[in-house]
Amino acid sequence: MKHSRISLSLAAALFAATVSFQSLSAAHADTTLLNVSYDPTRELYKDYNAAFAAKWKADTGETLTIQTSHGGSGAQARSVIDGLDADVVTLALESDISAIAKATKKINPDWRTKYPHNSAPYTSTIVFLVRKGNPKGIKDWGDLIKDGVEVITPNPKTSGGARWNYLAAWAWANGQYGGDEAKIKDYIGNLFQHVPVLDSGARGSTTTFAQRELGDVLLAWENEAYLASDEFGADKFDIVVPPQSILAEPPVAVVDGNVDAKGTRKVAEAYLQYLYSAEGQTIAAKHFYRPSEPKLVSADLLKKLPELKLVTIDDPIFGGWAKAQPYHFGDGGTFDQIYKPKK
Amino acid sequence: MTLGFTLAYLTLIVLIPLTGLVWRSASLGWGGMWHVATDARTLNALKISFGTSLIAALINVVFGVIVAWVLVRYRFPGRRIIDAIVDLPFALPTAVAGIALTALYSKNGWIGRWLDPLGIKVAFTPVGITIALIFIGLPFVVRTVQPVMEEIRKEVEEAAATLGATRFQTISRVLLPGLTPAILTGFALAFARAVGEYGSVIFIAGNLPYISEIAPLLIVIRLEEFDYTGATAIAAIMLLISFTMLFVINLIQAWSRRRYGYAT
Amino acid sequence: MRHELPQPPEAASNVWHPATTESRTARFILVGVALVFLGLFLLLPLIAVFFEAFRKGPAAYFAAFADHDALAAIRLTLLVAAIAVPLNLVFGVVAAWTIAKFEFKGKAFLTTLIDLPFSVSPVISGLVYVLLFSTHSALGPWLKSQGIEILFAVPGIVLATVFVTFPFVARELIPLMQEQGTTDEEAALSLGANGWQTFWHVTLPNIKWGLLYGVLLCNARAMGEFGAVSVVSGHIRGLTNTMPLQVEILYNEFNTVAAFAVASLLALLALVTLVLKTLLELRYGAELAANGGH
Repeated sequence: MKHSRISLSLAAALFAATVSFQSLSAAHADTTLLNVSYDPTRELYKDYNAAFAAKWKADTGETLTIQTSHGGSGAQARSVIDGLDADVVTLALESDISAIAKATKKINPDWRTKYPHNSAPYTSTIVFLVRKGNPKGIKDWGDLIKDGVEVITPNPKTSGGARWNYLAAWAWANGQYGGDEAKIKDYIGNLFQHVPVLDSGARGSTTTFAQRELGDVLLAWENEAYLASDEFGADKFDIVVPPQSILAEPPVAVVDGNVDAKGTRKVAEAYLQYLYSAEGQTIAAKHFYRPSEPKLVSADLLKKLPELKLVTIDDPIFGGWAKAQPYHFGDGGTFDQIYKPKK
Repeated sequence: MTLGFTLAYLTLIVLIPLTGLVWRSASLGWGGMWHVATDARTLNALKISFGTSLIAALINVVFGVIVAWVLVRYRFPGRRIIDAIVDLPFALPTAVAGIALTALYSKNGWIGRWLDPLGIKVAFTPVGITIALIFIGLPFVVRTVQPVMEEIRKEVEEAAATLGATRFQTISRVLLPGLTPAILTGFALAFARAVGEYGSVIFIAGNLPYISEIAPLLIVIRLEEFDYTGATAIAAIMLLISFTMLFVINLIQAWSRRRYGYAT
Repeated sequence: MRHELPQPPEAASNVWHPATTESRTARFILVGVALVFLGLFLLLPLIAVFFEAFRKGPAAYFAAFADHDALAAIRLTLLVAAIAVPLNLVFGVVAAWTIAKFEFKGKAFLTTLIDLPFSVSPVISGLVYVLLFSTHSALGPWLKSQGIEILFAVPGIVLATVFVTFPFVARELIPLMQEQGTTDEEAALSLGANGWQTFWHVTLPNIKWGLLYGVLLCNARAMGEFGAVSVVSGHIRGLTNTMPLQVEILYNEFNTVAAFAVASLLALLALVTLVLKTLLELRYGAELAANGGH
């Protein structure tokens, strides 16, 4: 008897506590916007959110609180699919946003046409971060499979950045071996024999390489490579830009279903649109993303982002994300075929 | 009535969610289940998880019993501090433990830098996983064995001594049998906890498929590929194995309690 | 009393030392082994945490706590523990009582179910709630229409924490209550006490140290849980990040000092509770010995 009374009152307390916490957290700002993003954009959106909130206040007088959530691109997409109330998503891969659109119907299927440049306000590419002085002489993708070279990359199964790494290597091998898929797979398989650690996300790999001092070369987002050399000291690393790499287009989208339910469509759309403004593009360039509208950005900032040959995902080698994703990274895809444990 | 409350709470918090999981994986059917279970990568991940957990739990049994014995029987400076420190793995968030252990055992870490020249690699290998699991599991053994050791009455040992038993005989024939249920429980808890451990392991493991990829990580990977059925299938397999194992251990305990009676 | 006594030795003169303790050398070695093992596996990681936290001096260390998101994470962690621990405390006592004091069919099965959250991977503990409450589950859309948010909000984090810390108190009490048997309670009942009085005046004093210990563990785990909470949290800064998640975030932002500073706070919280427990034991040592001597 007494036990059940206690448990009842406890259950009531639990309920009351959660309800009151809910109402408290809902009431603390005029408007809140939730941006669900991927790992390496933390610093970018920290600055951008401050800039946009100030602009929004100036334009409308509304106090805007922008919340952000960061994690592996795939994991973040899954959270939104499972019900995380994102107003906008800014992820690493088109296929992650498409997955949300397909699973929840909360994003219109034509989302890529909503904003300029396939809804990618900034792009990036994959470069090599090596130890100071480049002791192993790594210049191009072919050097990665030389004897004694250890390569650090995250797991393409879990990391968006790692998929770009993988595809960039594939594109190079495709040119090298004239499209002979058996030879390309040999090269990629060989490349992964040189990988001692497969972290689950881009940040994990950067930490492994920079802090744990493991490996000779880190395959990294260009912005991540610059950030690492800023954080850990430019005297420790060199950035090697290979002659050819891949054009990574991290896309953005409004989650239509959520903004319509919450009444935040206007501010959400303005938030993404402002990424294309001079200020938005400049903030992106400051964080070493390649602005989609380079003419809006001072030449100084662009100097650090050198020209190189960039293959896109829509190139016939890949045929777009809808095709490349299952072909390379699906269950039994090329990655599963080439990945063999080291003997 | 207390049984009713226990069952109700258990059902709400544990059974309903777990049934949801089993239900979801059942949609795969036996064939699908079998396919996931016998997939080389799943098998390897399970093998790594259970293998490293077993080794870690065995090491913990040996050292955990020694630590408990030292704490209960001997008086030396700093004993109370040591006693408190044993609980540290419970208190330290697993992710922090993982980061700290990786910092220690990677080749530029405090310990790793001494092992590296000897050609011993700990971080990013199964050895590293085992070390993280030893860290996680140790207090389970110590804290289950310790109270039972404290309950042991001196008179029993004295009686044995009076009857002419050597110290070794007293320990192996009088003390250990009484401690066995507690040791088994500690072992089972340490093992069971280690099998599912995630936070501390992923930092130090290296996460290479077939070599240092643990089963919980494979679940996360499947989830991030939006492969819910694959994830729940592995989860269900792990659940089944853990449950069977725990059940057997609990039966052994019940049996040994009947055989040896209460400790006092 | 144990059922078996050792065989008499063949020659009593072979006994080198008193059979109730080990030789000096053996004791020395055992203490040494225990100290080295604990130092290597437990103390060193702890030292590493504080070393990293203070690497850039105390100013940088304390600056880590001025951050709005860090404070929000601390508050959330305390709130979650404040809900999850009392729930599991009540359950633990009742469950242990049921299992230790009554005989019924399927007891081993029930005990196994209680142990289960220990061995269920934290990842799975989170996953089950995702499956149960996500927008494409049976329950999710209905709850959503009622304005109740579970996943990616505080209730989901609480549920996952309750699940993970579920067995701590019960597991601590069950062996203790079994050791103590039912004689004391039977005596109290025969003297005319009712069930509640028996529990309050006889059972509770007997188990209070085990109970306190179980609560401490439960609390520590509730505050430190990572895997399960990570799956259901949604990682919204300043809103659904608990302290361990905040540690991960800071670590991933290369903000090692702040990461280890928050981590050190968790370690410190735990150390303080452990010291409290030790002090309590010293203060009530005599009483404890009296209770433990049954």
